[in-house]
Order: sequence, then structure tokens, then C-alpha cells
Amino acid sequence: MAMSFEYKVTGGDFTRAGYASSQVKKMLKQLGVDNTVIKRVVVCLYEAEVNIVAHAWDGIISVDLNTDSIFLKLTDNGPGIANIDQAMQKGYSTASPQVREMGFGAGMGLPNISANADRFVINSEPGAGTTLEITINLNSNAV
Amino acid sequence: MKVEEICSVLNGELVCGCDKNNHEVNYAFASDLMSDVLTINCNNLLLITGLANLQTIRTAEMSDINCILFVRNKSVTPEMKNLAEELGMTLITCPSTMFRASGELYRAGMKPLF
Repeated sequence: MAMSFEYKVTGGDFTRAGYASSQVKKMLKQLGVDNTVIKRVVVCLYEAEVNIVAHAWDGIISVDLNTDSIFLKLTDNGPGIANIDQAMQKGYSTASPQVREMGFGAGMGLPNISANADRFVINSEPGAGTTLEITINLNSNAV
Repeated sequence: MKVEEICSVLNGELVCGCDKNNHEVNYAFASDLMSDVLTINCNNLLLITGLANLQTIRTAEMSDINCILFVRNKSVTPEMKNLAEELGMTLITCPSTMFRASGELYRAGMKPLF
């Protein structure tokens, strides 16, 4: 079993934020993936999708479903992150007041992705955007 | 606690999910911060919130939460209702503050997550 999907994300469009994550959740349910794994995948994906909507101009989500793992890659055209260690700290956020009004921007997204992923890699450069690579093993439930 | 009992305790209005009046929810979590909700590792709980927008519904979807109680007379928009119905969620509104709603539900037997 190897399947790939791709979704476009538009920055600032909070009415559609979560659409890709919702589609992936439905697909994983249809494929009979374990519910605990699905929840970890969609929490990671939704946090990352909201980050693109909140911080970038646009982005691409690619989902690779393999026999033993799910690989998510999120690449955005955004301002980038100057200090990744700082961004990974709980409570640190550069979110706008509008993002905070939506219930986000508390500096918990990236740490939550890290907590739910089996492997999490973040690469970013100011002015060049941000890329997240998230792997979740299908046979692992450790959070 | 059944959905109809939640409505009765809080003088709440069932906005959608009328077919789930007998649905049981035994644990509740109260927050306006969706980032907090996404860290909760528990299914089938009641989300008590004063944040009423589409992302509240989306956050509940990702968190496997099927029942949301909106406090402080918050309005559920048609877009929120449509999405909740599509996802099979139950939405309730009530006039109480989050503090009062949480207190009344706790007194009636609703359990906290931790």
C-alpha cells in the first residue's frame, strides 16, 4: 500500500483552515487505520495547516501513506523562522491578534506536533519559508 | 450524562444533533484556547467553550470530540452548524458563563479530565 495526496493551503483563509486535515482524516478512516494513529496524524497535520494559514502566504501539504508509516511534508511560502529553538519552546508565538482570536497562537503548535510525531524535522530560513517533515509509524501509539 | 440532561441543567438549547439526545458524555474540558484542546488525549468528551467560530468545530473534529457546549450566549453561525451536522456533532448553546456552566455540570455529575 503506497498512496500520495497533495493539498494547497492559502494563507489567511481561516474559513478553509483544517479542510486538508479533515480530508486526510476521512481517508485514513476509510482505509481502516487505527483511531489512535489517526488522531496523532490529524493533530499534527491540523496544527501545521493552521500554522501555514496563520503565518504564510501559501503552502503545500503532501501526504505519503506507506505500509508502515505516514509521512507528511508541509512546505510554505512564508516569512520563515529566525530562531527554531525559540519557536519550539512552549508559549513562544509570533501570531497576530487575529490568529489569537481564532483560539490559536499560544505557542503550543510546534511542541504539540513534536509530541505526537515519531519523527519531526523542521527547516526554515528567514525570507525563504518553512518546511516541516512529520513521520508517524502505523504500528506505534507512543505519544 | 446525557445530552438532554446537559441542556436541562443549563437551560441550554440543542442547536444540532437532536437525534443524539440520549448520547452519553461523562467527561468535560473547558477552554477558549483551541491549542489547549488539541493537546487533550481523550475521546468522547464535552468541550465547553466561549469561542464560536469554524475552527472550534474543526478542532473538535481533529480531537474526536462530538459534543460542544457554547457558553455566554454565543451564536452558532449557519456555516458552523452545517459543518457540525456533516460531521455528526452535537452543538448546545447556553446563557451561562463558562464558570457557572462548568460548576453546574460538575455538581450534576460531569467529571473533569484531570
